[in-house]
Amino acid sequence: MTATLTTGATSPAPLTELARDESALRRFLHGLPGVDQVGAEGRAAGLATRSIKTTSKAWAIDTAIRMVDLTTLEGADTAGKVRSLCAKAMRPDPADPSVPAVAAVCVYPDLVATAVQALRGSGVQIASVATAFPSGRASLPTKLVDVAEAVAAGASEIDMVIDRGAFLAGHYGEVFAEIVAVKQACGNAHLKVILETGELVTLDNVRRASWLALLAGGDFIKTSTGKVSPAATPPVALVMLQAVRDFAARTGQVRGVKLAGGIRTAKEAVRYLVMINEVAGERWLHPQTFRFGASSLLNDLLLQRHKLSTGAYDGPDYVTVD
Amino acid sequence: MSKLFEYAPAPESPSIARLKPHYGIFVDGTFRAGRGEAVKTVNPATEEPLAEVAEASAADVDDAVAAARAASEPWAGLPGSVRAKYLFRIARAIQERARELAVLESLDNGKPIRESRDVDVPTAAAHFFYYAGWADKLGYAGFGPNPRPIGVAGQVIPWNFPLLMAAWKIAPALATGNTVVLKPAETTPLTAITLAEIIAECDLPPGVVNVLPGGPAVGQAIVDHPGVDKIAFTGSTAVGKMIQKSVAASGKRLSLELGGKAANIVFDDAALDQAVEGIVNGIFFNQGHVCCAGSRLLVQESIHDEFVAALHDRLATLRLGDPLDKNTDIGAINSAAQLARIRELADSGVAEGADRWSPECALPERGFWFPPTVFTGVSPATRIAREEIFGPVLSVLTFRTPGEAIEKANNTPYGLSAGIWTEKGSRILWMANRLRAGVVWANTFNRFDPTSPFGGYKESGFGREGGRHGLEAYLAH
Repeated sequence: MTATLTTGATSPAPLTELARDESALRRFLHGLPGVDQVGAEGRAAGLATRSIKTTSKAWAIDTAIRMVDLTTLEGADTAGKVRSLCAKAMRPDPADPSVPAVAAVCVYPDLVATAVQALRGSGVQIASVATAFPSGRASLPTKLVDVAEAVAAGASEIDMVIDRGAFLAGHYGEVFAEIVAVKQACGNAHLKVILETGELVTLDNVRRASWLALLAGGDFIKTSTGKVSPAATPPVALVMLQAVRDFAARTGQVRGVKLAGGIRTAKEAVRYLVMINEVAGERWLHPQTFRFGASSLLNDLLLQRHKLSTGAYDGPDYVTVD
Repeated sequence: MSKLFEYAPAPESPSIARLKPHYGIFVDGTFRAGRGEAVKTVNPATEEPLAEVAEASAADVDDAVAAARAASEPWAGLPGSVRAKYLFRIARAIQERARELAVLESLDNGKPIRESRDVDVPTAAAHFFYYAGWADKLGYAGFGPNPRPIGVAGQVIPWNFPLLMAAWKIAPALATGNTVVLKPAETTPLTAITLAEIIAECDLPPGVVNVLPGGPAVGQAIVDHPGVDKIAFTGSTAVGKMIQKSVAASGKRLSLELGGKAANIVFDDAALDQAVEGIVNGIFFNQGHVCCAGSRLLVQESIHDEFVAALHDRLATLRLGDPLDKNTDIGAINSAAQLARIRELADSGVAEGADRWSPECALPERGFWFPPTVFTGVSPATRIAREEIFGPVLSVLTFRTPGEAIEKANNTPYGLSAGIWTEKGSRILWMANRLRAGVVWANTFNRFDPTSPFGGYKESGFGREGGRHGLEAYLAH
């Protein structure tokens, strides 16, 4: 909940105290207020009834475009595919220069160099998944090498996965130490910590994992890899937004949230912006503090944007395939 | 509230309500002008008149009761499955005209369209669906093998949920084979008259349902009428007491659903974010014009400060304004009289030493408005802790132990509802057994389901509406 302790320092003493050892960490995480599933679902559903029209919708669509981490994470990815994705990221609609660029392109580590080259000078960030994405089932040294290589190739943002097995087994210290080590390996790159909420299942777990990742130094907490269903859902987003809100109230540090997986329509994206607005606050209505990890979402945002300015819907052949 | 992301106006069009310039009474299957006063019903959000209603007179009450009496035996004699058919038909017709009814309700009552659309109208339809299901199974409801209807039911309903209360009253009465003379509240007659229109279109036999808009005199005439066998009233405790006196020794059956001063009890181990939501929904739903509103927050002292801070943050995001805007959370107060009463009680809270707080919130210039208000530092011995305010005003009190919470929660002449917020299941059961309230919600509040009985203890009334229990109020025994 909104607490009074606001230090503003980058690593305030109380937080390091909370994670002093395994038992302190467990006490803190299990001392967080519970999440009532029915209530959280009800609140998320209530927020989804907001009706966003005309000028608000136009603003929301452009803001959502600027928040997109345009993503390709397939075994079949090639340099050519990544280059075409980068072109789209910089200029989503070739016919309309008023469409803003997206926040970042997100690729596997071995394709970071290609993206760096393609995006040079554009301001679009290069995010790379690492740490044995998506399962996270590798030794820590292997994960750290994965991260180091992506950073060395020029990634400015690293999307790591937590060890869900360790988390579910209650080995919070292990998960914490791993995030700390990865953060260190990131250097100046921003770290997004993927909780894979579809495998954590309960909202209590989502809240605990969110705080764990924030305490360990994650710059963003992220819902999912996109490889597990369910991925980002409104109640999960609600709990994660509450976590960054409460973390900021307690420490003064504003951390971000990334929703990834399953968000395909502009309507869903606008609903999430409403949720940010009313649950976390407008400080989170920026690409620095909120992202959508998505691939097909961008095209629907473009279609809706065009509909709003012209009054007519285009067919799918009027936006580019990636 | 955010300035970065302003929500553009998203209003429903008032034309969807298909307002007519004149409305009348519905007696014996036909609509006609009442012979009482012609009264203008106003939009409480703008103070502009919506329509003129030709109210019923005492002679109209006679006609309606006579029509209901004549229809009584044939209606009761129909097979339950045939009565069910009519009720199902009404339920579907309400759904078909849901949007119209929602807009009309928000215009006449002042409640936000979000609530009339998502709560009032769908729940009204659900009541008809639910009781339609009972109509041919009355022998299995636990009231004997062949339960009989009472006869003619006189029903008087309030202005806070005009359509929904009409549904709560009419559906169980018809399912059990009674006929009905219903009086909607004087400030909100339009949806009840439109429901009469729906009922007429559903070919319900004439006289089975009669709707008589009017003021207290019409209500009194129905209550006193010798041709009425049963009175069902929802409204204030003061009027309920008068009705009970009126029907004393008359042989009429009576059920009363009256005021409340519900405690919403938050323990320190509650799911706090959801508890904040529940408190907000408990008192600010329908501008607090809810008899079971959670108007007293009892919060465990150990979390008082952080909980109140979270409540303030949440209230700052509530949107007050045009009831027809789909993004409005708090609509208008229903009438000038009610607004005056809320103001008077809120002022008394300040005079009695409580701390008053409201979020920054611009009130529209015209219409009846009151900002969401929270009083902290409230002593149990003040008017705002004891009297029903029936407005968006929350009084915050504290407790230290579960026993103290029970004592404080029960320390009221009312006993309609209560809420418990804790993650501990055993404590929910312990508390629920000790709370003297007809409805106890656990980790939720203001949930209305036709399958669940609703009604009060003590000065909150007697008799139950909803569920199997709701049948009993309309069956002879």
